[in-house]
Amino acid sequence: MMSAQGFGDLTLLLAIPVLGAAALLFLPRRQSAGLFAVALIASAIAFLWSLKIFERFDGGNGEMQLIERVAWMPAIGIQYLVGIDGISIFLVLLTTFLMPLALLASWSVRDKVKEYLIFMLLLETGMLGAFLALDLVLFYVFWEVMLVPMYFLIGVWGGTRRIYAAVKFVLFTMAGSLLMLVAIIYLATRHAQVTQVLTFNVLHLYDLHLPVEQQFWLFLAFALSFAIKVPLFPFHTWLPDAHVEAPTAGSVILAGVLLKLGTYGFLRFAMPLFPDAAIALMPYLVALSVIGIVYGALVAMMQTDIKKLVAYSSVSHLGFVMLGLCALNMQGVQGSIYQMLNHGLSTGALFLMVGMVYERRHTRLIADFGGLWQQMPRFSVLLLVVTLSSIGLPGLNGFVGEFLILLGAFRVTPRWTAWAATGVILGAIYMLWMLRRVIFGPLDNPENQKLQDLNGRELLILAPMMFLIVCMGVYPQPFLSRMQPAVDLTLKRIFAVPASPMAPQPDVGGEQKNDGR
Amino acid sequence: MSAESRRTMDVNLVPLLPVVQVLVTALVVTVRDLFIKANESRGVLAFYSLVGLGLAAAEVVLLLGGKQESAFNDSFMLDRFALFFAVIFIFAAALTILTSIDYVRQAGIHEGEFYALILFATSGMIVMAAANDLMVFFLGLETMSIAVYVLTGMWRSNGRSSEAAMKYFLMGAYATGFLLYGIALIYGATGSTNLTQISAYMLDQPAEWPIYLIGGGFLLLIGFAFKVGAVPFHFWVPDVYDGAPTPVTGFMSVAVKAAAFAAWARILLYRLSPLDGDWVFPLWIIAIGTMTLGNLLAITQQSIKRMLAYSSIAHAGYLLIPIVVGVEWGGLPLLFYLLTYSFMTLGAFAVLASMAEGNEPRDGYSDFAGLGFKRPFLALAMSLFMLSLAGFPPLAGFTGKFYVFRSAVLSGQLNLAIIGVLNSLLSVIFYLRVIVAMYMEEGGAQGKSFRQAPFVYIAVAIALIGTIYLGILPADALNWSRQAFGSLE
Repeated sequence: MMSAQGFGDLTLLLAIPVLGAAALLFLPRRQSAGLFAVALIASAIAFLWSLKIFERFDGGNGEMQLIERVAWMPAIGIQYLVGIDGISIFLVLLTTFLMPLALLASWSVRDKVKEYLIFMLLLETGMLGAFLALDLVLFYVFWEVMLVPMYFLIGVWGGTRRIYAAVKFVLFTMAGSLLMLVAIIYLATRHAQVTQVLTFNVLHLYDLHLPVEQQFWLFLAFALSFAIKVPLFPFHTWLPDAHVEAPTAGSVILAGVLLKLGTYGFLRFAMPLFPDAAIALMPYLVALSVIGIVYGALVAMMQTDIKKLVAYSSVSHLGFVMLGLCALNMQGVQGSIYQMLNHGLSTGALFLMVGMVYERRHTRLIADFGGLWQQMPRFSVLLLVVTLSSIGLPGLNGFVGEFLILLGAFRVTPRWTAWAATGVILGAIYMLWMLRRVIFGPLDNPENQKLQDLNGRELLILAPMMFLIVCMGVYPQPFLSRMQPAVDLTLKRIFAVPASPMAPQPDVGGEQKNDGR
Repeated sequence: MSAESRRTMDVNLVPLLPVVQVLVTALVVTVRDLFIKANESRGVLAFYSLVGLGLAAAEVVLLLGGKQESAFNDSFMLDRFALFFAVIFIFAAALTILTSIDYVRQAGIHEGEFYALILFATSGMIVMAAANDLMVFFLGLETMSIAVYVLTGMWRSNGRSSEAAMKYFLMGAYATGFLLYGIALIYGATGSTNLTQISAYMLDQPAEWPIYLIGGGFLLLIGFAFKVGAVPFHFWVPDVYDGAPTPVTGFMSVAVKAAAFAAWARILLYRLSPLDGDWVFPLWIIAIGTMTLGNLLAITQQSIKRMLAYSSIAHAGYLLIPIVVGVEWGGLPLLFYLLTYSFMTLGAFAVLASMAEGNEPRDGYSDFAGLGFKRPFLALAMSLFMLSLAGFPPLAGFTGKFYVFRSAVLSGQLNLAIIGVLNSLLSVIFYLRVIVAMYMEEGGAQGKSFRQAPFVYIAVAIALIGTIYLGILPADALNWSRQAFGSLE
């Protein structure tokens, strides 16, 4: 296993967007084309660099790889510690993949372009950092750092109720994360008491087996923070506001990546750190997930605004992801991770397309459209494909994820899974109904008769997404096989029976083997 | 201390060097002021003051390298603890003067006395931090307080400034009474005003403390609570902070508060720590009340200056957490938090001061509307100060709070940590409102002219660098804080 003292490839990945942002700071404000070019190049380099990391990544190994460590606050054992495994690598790729597309889609931003691009790039570093961090304090830092650019993106470049949405977004997220901070400190303190090792390294903390009662509260603190981010019913109320008010690229990143940090947090931190509590509380999480699936779908069905419909569909889809995680078996968890990627692609694409049509018509109301097929055939075909991917048509990516999740969950809790399956049907209903009202039917609104079809830039944005939607639907094996060892290890951690609970763990050297020293 | 020096009067002037340096500078500024004609520029006085403070800082750095010095039979100890605070005071005074150069000119405040008073107050603060004797502490306290009372009222064209000064003076005198009475009781119980001897007495006879020793301790506690503006002794804070000239407000909320906490840490937290058990519960209530009330009332304010006044009450509450936690875990977080707090608060007040125009304070949220794209640097800095005050990483406010909350967890007071983070959440509401105004609203700042205030930019830049540095690379400052508190042993 590779491990390095000092900074390495992963740090460079984190640094690329920041360097891009720093370069933007010194460029003249007037040349918005030049600013866009710099931002795009920076995000494209980050994507290529992440591909190189993917190449170096050993898919057959479930352990953390490419670990980099630097002492940060050595007196209390806080490190700059990053690494990657079969779970985070794909989420990192998703982030770096979506960011250039989101920037391309921001072409229509004309106001305060420089600041906009700087915030987008800082957001990218924040998200990547949260996926890579293995030190809990470092994770918390990135987790919060992410909030600020998103807050500005919604608050400055958003719609009419942008300030309300931006503040709500920050307050909701912080409400959860601050309690998580206390839990992090408490966990590390307990670990120091038991093992005499003061560390926030999550790979060491996995081996600490606290009494169930303590695990219970700590799990709740972590879970609240992640549940708000996912968002799990009933903590989802910030999401529709944030999505509707955010600029298109903000929505894409929010749905595509930010929400995944919640589910990723469950899988990486909350569940393996507090396995007994996680297993004990799983029925409640399953219930909340399934309620979220059905409720999100029902509310989505009633929406008159396309963007809001997509936003509520996210609540429903993320419910599936959570359900898969709660199954705590290979199919369920693999399906969840796969579904995280699918949701990033298809919902990201949906938001992009809603943005494209909004730029032309300046409305998102379903009632204002109809018959776009005749006027915008390219747009309509692509919207059809994305919608079908989103509702899980076999042959497209959504099917693989949903099928694995339902398969995994059914083995654990058939009754709740049956209810969750209705979410698939409801999903088909609201999506296809939306399609019928938007692209089919008569082209009777004179405003719509002047619409231009997608231009080259927009096709360029959507083409890679379409490619992946089809690829991941037809041939999921390369993805799943690389996830498997890491998922396997995580599940082993969750179901590991401690040799003697609460006994001090003298074998510090053995623990350290885990993180590759 | 050698036997030789104990027989004679222990006169050692070396540890007094920084205090004397600041005092002499103050006198030079006062006298030089007399020789400048009424209509001539007095910018040179600020320059003198800054040079004097720079020299004092250099002396502090030199003394840090040497051994710990004490003078006058241990009544004045310039240990690392005192030097740590001396750095904060000198730094705060320098930033305040940088911020004031433009401000006093446009507000019509007389410059000579203004700078001299800041220097007098600074020398008093250093004495407070170094005092190992209750009388010496009192001397420092009064030197500082009287200078700050006058500074508060120096904006004579503004009625609210005079009102603030009067209020501050009356409340301050009242608090001084508590302190003095407490000192008297402790002297009566232990027969000494020297802290080393007092704590030796308490350790020698742990069971037989007269009740008025505990009473004296409580009176000191109340006096300190007044000085730091802790609930329920906070009523003077909003009006005084609001009425005072803005740079003075910044100086008060950082340096005066730090001086009070320095004395609190040395006298109550460290020397009188045997009394811990008696006041831990009242302090717990005071700490929680201070943060919660401060944050709740800050939400309702319409003026950013008043909001910062209430936020400074709330931060006094966070600072009380390590004091409740006690001497074992609380020392490092208290000192480190004060350091981080100094940078972000001074920066915020510097930006606020740069807004003022004549008798128009321009400190409402509406005055900040649209500032983000009108004065990008100041607005960016203000945003970072606000985010830091709210505790966002990777800024100084986060690392400071992290250590404060950690000390609560370490000592087993999980409830304090939880109430603390919930308070942070409350505070996000009003700190973000400043950012909302600057970047997401229109009007206010648009169409208004702004002074060119180069020195404010320097002050803001320094505060900003400190805020970011302490957030990203806190290790050195943490070590330094640890050594400083450790030097009390």
